[in-house]
Amino acid sequence: MPESLPIVEMVGISIAFPGVKALDEVGLRLFPGEVHTLMGENGAGKSTLIKALTGVYKIDEGEIRIAGEPRRLGGTADAQNAGVSTVYQEVNLCPNLTIGENVMLGHEVRGAAGINWRATHRAARETLAKLGLGHLNPKHSLSALPLALQQLVAISRSMVARCKVLILDEPTSSLDANEVEQLFTVIRGLRDQGVAILFVSHFLDQVYAISDRLTVLRNGRFEGEYRTSELDRADLISKMIGKDIAALKSLDAKASRRVRTDDAPLYAAKGLSRKGAIEELDIELHRGEVVGLAGLLGSGRTELARLVYGADRPDTGEVTLGGEKTEITTPAKALARRIAFSSENRRDEGIVRDLSVRENLILAVQARRGWARPLPRREQDAIVAKYIAALGVRPADPERPIRLLSGGNQQKVLLGRWLATEPDVLILDEPTRGIDVGAKAEIQEYVSDLADEGLSVLFISSEIEEVVRQSDRIIVLKDHRKIAELEGGRDVSAESIVTIIAEDGLGDPSADTAVREEATA
Amino acid sequence: MSANAHRPAEALKGLVRRQYFWGIVAIALLLLVNLIKDPGYLAFSIGSSGNLVGNVIDILRAAAPIILIAVGMCLVVATGGIDLSVGSVMVVAGAVSMEFLSGAPDTVGSGLAAIGLVIAVSAALGAVNGVLVSVVGLQPFISTLVIMLAGRGLAKVITGGQNTAATNESFRWIANGYVLGLPVVFLLALLLALAMGFLVRRSALGLMLEAIGMDAKAARLAGVNRRALLFTVYILGGVLAGFAGVFATASVMTVDVSRTGYQLELDAILAVVIGGTSLAGGKFNITGAVVGAILIATLDKTVVFLGVSSSATPAFKAVVIVVLCLLQSERVRRAFRQRRAATARPAEREAVAA
Ligand SMILES: Nc1ncnc2c1ncn2[C@@H]1O[C@H](COP(=O)(O)OP(=O)(O)OP(=O)(O)O)[C@@H](O)[C@H]1O
Ligand SMILES: [Mg+2]
Repeated sequence: MPESLPIVEMVGISIAFPGVKALDEVGLRLFPGEVHTLMGENGAGKSTLIKALTGVYKIDEGEIRIAGEPRRLGGTADAQNAGVSTVYQEVNLCPNLTIGENVMLGHEVRGAAGINWRATHRAARETLAKLGLGHLNPKHSLSALPLALQQLVAISRSMVARCKVLILDEPTSSLDANEVEQLFTVIRGLRDQGVAILFVSHFLDQVYAISDRLTVLRNGRFEGEYRTSELDRADLISKMIGKDIAALKSLDAKASRRVRTDDAPLYAAKGLSRKGAIEELDIELHRGEVVGLAGLLGSGRTELARLVYGADRPDTGEVTLGGEKTEITTPAKALARRIAFSSENRRDEGIVRDLSVRENLILAVQARRGWARPLPRREQDAIVAKYIAALGVRPADPERPIRLLSGGNQQKVLLGRWLATEPDVLILDEPTRGIDVGAKAEIQEYVSDLADEGLSVLFISSEIEEVVRQSDRIIVLKDHRKIAELEGGRDVSAESIVTIIAEDGLGDPSADTAVREEATA
Repeated sequence: MSANAHRPAEALKGLVRRQYFWGIVAIALLLLVNLIKDPGYLAFSIGSSGNLVGNVIDILRAAAPIILIAVGMCLVVATGGIDLSVGSVMVVAGAVSMEFLSGAPDTVGSGLAAIGLVIAVSAALGAVNGVLVSVVGLQPFISTLVIMLAGRGLAKVITGGQNTAATNESFRWIANGYVLGLPVVFLLALLLALAMGFLVRRSALGLMLEAIGMDAKAARLAGVNRRALLFTVYILGGVLAGFAGVFATASVMTVDVSRTGYQLELDAILAVVIGGTSLAGGKFNITGAVVGAILIATLDKTVVFLGVSSSATPAFKAVVIVVLCLLQSERVRRAFRQRRAATARPAEREAVAA
């Protein structure tokens, strides 16, 4: 609807941080009743532009007009009052409050005697139900929820108040296909009511499914504004990376199958379990093999990974590593035995915000050596230089506090932290969360190469297609149980896995030849 | 450091940006106030055996125990904890040493033995703190509060409720002796503080402690052994407090079970905060804690020198400290900066949501 007037118009916005020009004369227009996607590589300036709009960052130059009026918002709360609701990239909730309190914070229903908690919780429940979270009890503590649900709670929170503009910075980064669909239904509903929606995502499928218009940023500069229907993917990618797409390695090529040479597993757990997290199961990881964990949200993927790493202490289970019995009950023990684990929760379980990129990168290596044996500065610098280059961290400044990096670049540093420990077993829980299309392909190839050299990888992704593409073997989980184990092959596809999950518990397990139902004996 | 030496202006700028800079300013101001009251305040004289004598020397002497507990406190605070027991560990250390020395011959050997005993006992008390915090998982505030309350009782049990006195020349020398014209206590305190600084920054201990204090969950997943590190830190804090107890009792060779180390934990916490270490944990600054300790000692002496009535002393101290904390607060500083430069740079403000 180009005829209608934009509700938000940003013109010639520039912001410089010490050492980085984050935005250089960038423009953005949001129209009522439209979904507008902001595209760009990691560090292109998407989140910064959003924060410039809501007033979290002061702009150096430029003008912001809201409904035609020049206006400077004074921060998230002020923006909210002006009808601009925002969900920032990093979920920003209070883990100590209940789910309902988080959703309603600042919008509690008030009665004569202060807050009417009953009504507040009811309102929370209604808001949550819109996003398909009706099953959550608003009185339960937030911190017990998996990251994906926390992300949805944060989105619910932004929808409590009526708004004219809804900004969602990478809202889908840890969501499964089902949740994404649910979110999109809500977004479409709001759009049809005339809300302008600003959306950020690195998933091209989602971008094309939801958005009417795109603005592309590159290196803090405005690259162009396009109608989604008039720009195909290849063009979009080349606009984002500033190169022809041919330079980009194909994401869709299925990794060639690795031939397993050894028979004895490197890591094997028998009867591994933890109450409330995972029911007893066996798992084996071989050298040079990528094992994928597939399952829906809440199936126990992350829980299983945490047990293998000792992030949570298993209740039962016998673990052998390289044929020797061992106990892995803490992360420190896992690291000492060369097992590494990259958590999906970058903000709470990954980065140490106030430490520098260098300190974050070497933290695990240093922790394994113990404090009494400091890693010599020269070795630190070598490690840091190696992974900053290999993973393409930008800006490539080791002494910058990691909190000042863009989300995707923080994620790259964390991957570097785990790769730097030179593990035998690498557990990757959503390793490319928030990483842009180009870097994602490179990182997947990097990990794949390491697997060729003998690294054993346990891989989790909310995209089942990605699991299928990357894995040599797939363990399917449902309701905290292992329901199947599949050798990767031509007949395994996202669809066949979804079918297995759907049919499990219907009495008659599918007799697909590729399915090796686990003998529960 | 050496790179900065070429550019003194740069070095000065760096110093001004340090939080403890305001502590140094405050020390200078307090000395100035004293100097106005008595123009001879800063005068030194050479004592009987070539030692420096003067008010400043008295301040340094008084600062010694505070320096030690402040350094220990600084490390504990870095992990996101707090150690309320340091004052009580001091009195236990004093009680143990006095009780031992009162029955021992006046020899260097028994002086050393007393110190050994103090190290063992204070390490044990620190270890109890460490176990309560890291293994039992109690809040540091509560665990160390327990030892704070129990410690003073323990000291009374050790001395039988008396203020035990003893004689031991070598032990006394620690508090009253001089080396190179300066009091041994101050030199020892400085030496220990330097040693701790060296230990923490040359090993990876500092990084590990900061990581724990900044983000315990992320640190744990990165393989940092929180339990062992907390244990180590509380033991270090205990031992430093034990030495502080020796310093505090050796000057009079008497332990006052109700007054030795009384409320010194608060002084230590203040010194740490003045030095620019946030009580929320994370980045810490040992130099700052030493500056803070010297400031507290200066403040104490000034209050006495100005003749502020003892009932008004706490209020006076509080005012000075509040002003200092205001000056250090990022928000107040930013307000100042923005007034100075109307064309301020974009707010470097940390995005609330980042
Ligand atoms: N507070 C800050 N201080 C200094 N530099 C910053 C700050 N915030 C962002 N930057 C820098 O600005 C640039 C743009 O960052 P921004 O977070 O906007 O990227 P992004 O497009 O959202 O990337 P991603 O896809 O990784 O989330 C980056 O180079 C980042 O390092
Ligand atoms: Mg971003």
